[in-house]
Amino acid sequence: MSATDMSAISLQSHGVWITIAAMAAATFALRAGGFLLMRRVSMTPRLRAMLDALPGAVIAATVLPLVLRDGVSAVLAVGVALAVMAASRNDFLAVVCGIGAVVLARALPV
Amino acid sequence: MLEPARPEVEPYWSAAGWWVGLRLSLPILASLVLFGLAVGAAGARAGLSFVENLAMNVVVFAGVSQMVALEIWPQTFTWSTVATLTLITAVVNSRMFLASASMHVWLARAPAWQTVPLLYYLTDTSWLVSMRYRAEGGRDLAVCAASTLFIVVVWLAMTVVGYLLGARVGNPRTYGLDLVMPVFFVVMLVPLWNGPRRAVGWAIAGFVALATERLLPGWWFIIVGAVAGAVAGGLLEERRQVAL
Repeated sequence: MSATDMSAISLQSHGVWITIAAMAAATFALRAGGFLLMRRVSMTPRLRAMLDALPGAVIAATVLPLVLRDGVSAVLAVGVALAVMAASRNDFLAVVCGIGAVVLARALPV
Repeated sequence: MLEPARPEVEPYWSAAGWWVGLRLSLPILASLVLFGLAVGAAGARAGLSFVENLAMNVVVFAGVSQMVALEIWPQTFTWSTVATLTLITAVVNSRMFLASASMHVWLARAPAWQTVPLLYYLTDTSWLVSMRYRAEGGRDLAVCAASTLFIVVVWLAMTVVGYLLGARVGNPRTYGLDLVMPVFFVVMLVPLWNGPRRAVGWAIAGFVALATERLLPGWWFIIVGAVAGAVAGGLLEERRQVAL
């Protein structure tokens, strides 16, 4: 029996589990990798400032393209939520108002 | 809001922190429930067994990447399909590398039995909750742990229910629930606000992401935009602190 036959047999019976294990390993490598890298890098004020700026940068880079892709109702939801959060400092209220706005906007015939 | 030299407090654990972490995570409950149901249903549609579906959610625990992988889940596996699914998972989750790097300030002095589970179950939401709380001066690790545990428990329960409901899971768009996560993310910008200079970094992140989205396929726009924004924002912040 050749090596390819062996791998075909093991994949046929365990393909799902091998894939799940590989997906899990790749994901954990990423989730641990940044932390492990930072252990080896000496922290400078510049690097600290960049890491402090990272959460907001991730939010902007994730949300702006997704919201513009979604169109007017998404822009409305985000705008309402930002305004409510800035005024009330209550994140729960802000999310509820933003989603309320989008539900109304989508229900209206435009 | 200019606090260039806040005295550094050592991270600690408190019972009250569990409630703070739970409270800060609650706004995403509706989206977590719905997204969990959707990923569970996708597992059923892809033909996973109950145990395979549960195992995937316990060990991979990365909803967007699972959704993408399950969309193209094959009936017969070759090494090529295993490699493709793994690569897609890695690309979709590559933003976690950045989150993991910034969690170092939180977890550097914690023992491995705390660090490993907190990193293993790191999500965008628990990360943002933790970083927002930290930006406001909080140093209680129980807040990170509570947010993480809340998401794990709700996620596993909902993916199981979604699997059992299967095709009966409806379209999240109907109630605007597809937008809860982006709206929550944007709301998190308000407590992270640190003057207009920081917003310059956010704007650079957003525009670089938009440009990248047009040039590269998939999810690269998040990584490229975030790195550009963090580097630009960090350099601006450093110049401000030198000027003070």
